[in-house]
Amino acid sequence: MNAFLSFVQERGADIAVALRDHLTISAAAVLLGCLVAIPLGIALVYNRFNWLNSIVFFLANLLQTVPSLALLAILIPLMGIGMKPAIIALFLYSIMPILRNTYDGFDSVDRGVLESARGMGYGTLQRIIRIQLPLALPYIMSGIRVTSVYIISWATLAALIGAGGLGQLIVSGLGVNKPELIITGALGAIVLAFLIDGLLGWLERVLTRRFGRTSSITA
Amino acid sequence: MIEFQHVKKVYDDGFQALKEINLEFKKGELTVLIGPSGCGKSTTMKMINRLMTPSSGKILINGKNVSEQNPVELRRNIGYVIQNIGLFPHMTIGKNVAVVPHLKKWDKAAIDKRVDELLRLVNLDPEVYRDRYPSELSGGQQQRIGVARAFAADPDVILMDEPFSALDPISREQLQDELIRLQEELNKTIVFVTHDMDEAIKIADTIVLMKDGEVIQTGSPERILRHPANDFVRTFIGQKRMDSETSIDIPIVDEVTVPNPVTIFPSRGLAEAIKMMERRKVDSLFIVDRQHKLQGIVSIYNVLDQYGEENKTVKDVMKPIGYLVRPGTPLPDAVKMMSEHRLTNLAIVDDTGKFVGLITRGSVVKHLSEVYPSIVDSLANTFGEEA
Ligand SMILES: Nc1ncnc2c1ncn2[C@@H]1O[C@H](COP(=O)(O)OP(=O)(O)OP(=O)(O)O)[C@@H](O)[C@H]1O
Ligand SMILES: [Mg+2]
Repeated sequence: MNAFLSFVQERGADIAVALRDHLTISAAAVLLGCLVAIPLGIALVYNRFNWLNSIVFFLANLLQTVPSLALLAILIPLMGIGMKPAIIALFLYSIMPILRNTYDGFDSVDRGVLESARGMGYGTLQRIIRIQLPLALPYIMSGIRVTSVYIISWATLAALIGAGGLGQLIVSGLGVNKPELIITGALGAIVLAFLIDGLLGWLERVLTRRFGRTSSITA
Repeated sequence: MIEFQHVKKVYDDGFQALKEINLEFKKGELTVLIGPSGCGKSTTMKMINRLMTPSSGKILINGKNVSEQNPVELRRNIGYVIQNIGLFPHMTIGKNVAVVPHLKKWDKAAIDKRVDELLRLVNLDPEVYRDRYPSELSGGQQQRIGVARAFAADPDVILMDEPFSALDPISREQLQDELIRLQEELNKTIVFVTHDMDEAIKIADTIVLMKDGEVIQTGSPERILRHPANDFVRTFIGQKRMDSETSIDIPIVDEVTVPNPVTIFPSRGLAEAIKMMERRKVDSLFIVDRQHKLQGIVSIYNVLDQYGEENKTVKDVMKPIGYLVRPGTPLPDAVKMMSEHRLTNLAIVDDTGKFVGLITRGSVVKHLSEVYPSIVDSLANTFGEEA
């Protein structure tokens, strides 16, 4: 145990860099996912052509089923190696759960609430922002949390295409047969996932309180 | 004032929900749209604030065609309350009430003042309720907020789609009373949808009776009750239909009974008897045995007289039945008997001594009021033929 700790201390700088890269990749992927999937989900709720919804969900599902190693490999000829293709790959994986949850969240808003909002003179955009978004927020946030946790875990694979991150420690550990490195990488990813999950949970509560419950006056 | 001119509605699926509606909702009046489920009441109402668009025809508010107005602006000037209340769960009561003033960009002080005023108007203390969330209120209180919210920006027109139908009978009555009071004070043009005739009679200035996308009859409650346009209206307002032949028949006692006469077994105690009278709001009980044979009657005075004696049962204090009638007795005979002997009620007992029904002064009056208009009609017909 002591040996492990002193190892961590000794390689502290490397570990910090790995952590930073890991976080960057994951955060960028999830953020991109939100930027694409939340508006897309809202658009699908408002879209009247069911066949289009089916196609979009089918594609998003399909992306989800491509093995991650394969997806990374496919992206190499297209985008080369490094952080960029890793972020893109993980971003593709993050779309489905956020999309699904946004859609379900918007869809779950009570019909009576929507009808009275319309009947009282909310415009479409106002209704989305002040009524539906706050009410769908718990769904959307839980989608983001779930996505973040598994993106952080999958991001370890990004090291295989030279993106760095905690996976880098594992890959090097395998190369030089140093179990401490492998353990540090794995443990780091787990701790990071826990921390981010907690942070997002806290954010959800704050947002619900502020944005949700007081939106009428502040918005 | 709201006017419907030749309004038709065909839904996308080809269903013709409104055949051709011509209507006028008078300024400052509460007009009730009533009719069986699916007859097009909500469709009619929702075209007023452009939640729906007529397939043809025009709707005018104060002479201006609604289809030429911006729908969002239009809706902000029309109050709207629906059955499932539709309060916004993520906003406090204060914010909910303030929705339309807020959309209309009133300044904050004016909004705050208005919110308190409205909460008081619907009998809810602003200090207590302003900062609560809808889920922290009872159904009746929530619907009060729904009503307050519709009045918030002081619109001239208010639309209410079955606003009280999801409430328990007591809250419903209370809210009806409050609406009547509000309306006396504020004189809005209110369009109110319901399928409860009692509610319509209670609150309406004018009733519009609809069926299958058509207006069947329009008029004050009094007028509709006295002169129902046809059998459909008669059935709908709950009058017993009688064709001219049977209506001249004299009713028999069996047709005039109260629905559930209150009976008690002989072995029951006096406290139980009082409780039962209290619960069923009667002053006497009929005592029947297990075979439902009538044994006697006990009044509240008989019970109170001997109440101190804990071991006594109703059998010990009951009085024998003085007067009774057989099934099939003509009503006039029974009524004569009741008035001669000053009876408040009269038991109907069959040959084997079984208690089969009870008529009371109340049930007689109720029966007469139900058949009265059709008797009048048939008499008018008879005279008409003779002339
Ligand atoms: N969007 C729609 N598409 C097709 N048909 C519809 C639509 N909305 C309503 N209808 C039909 O139009 C008719 C009138 O509906 P409406 O909602 O006006 O009835 P209502 O009188 O309010 O009934 P209820 O008392 O049950 O509320 C019904 O037969 C209904 O099925
Ligand atoms: Mg309806």
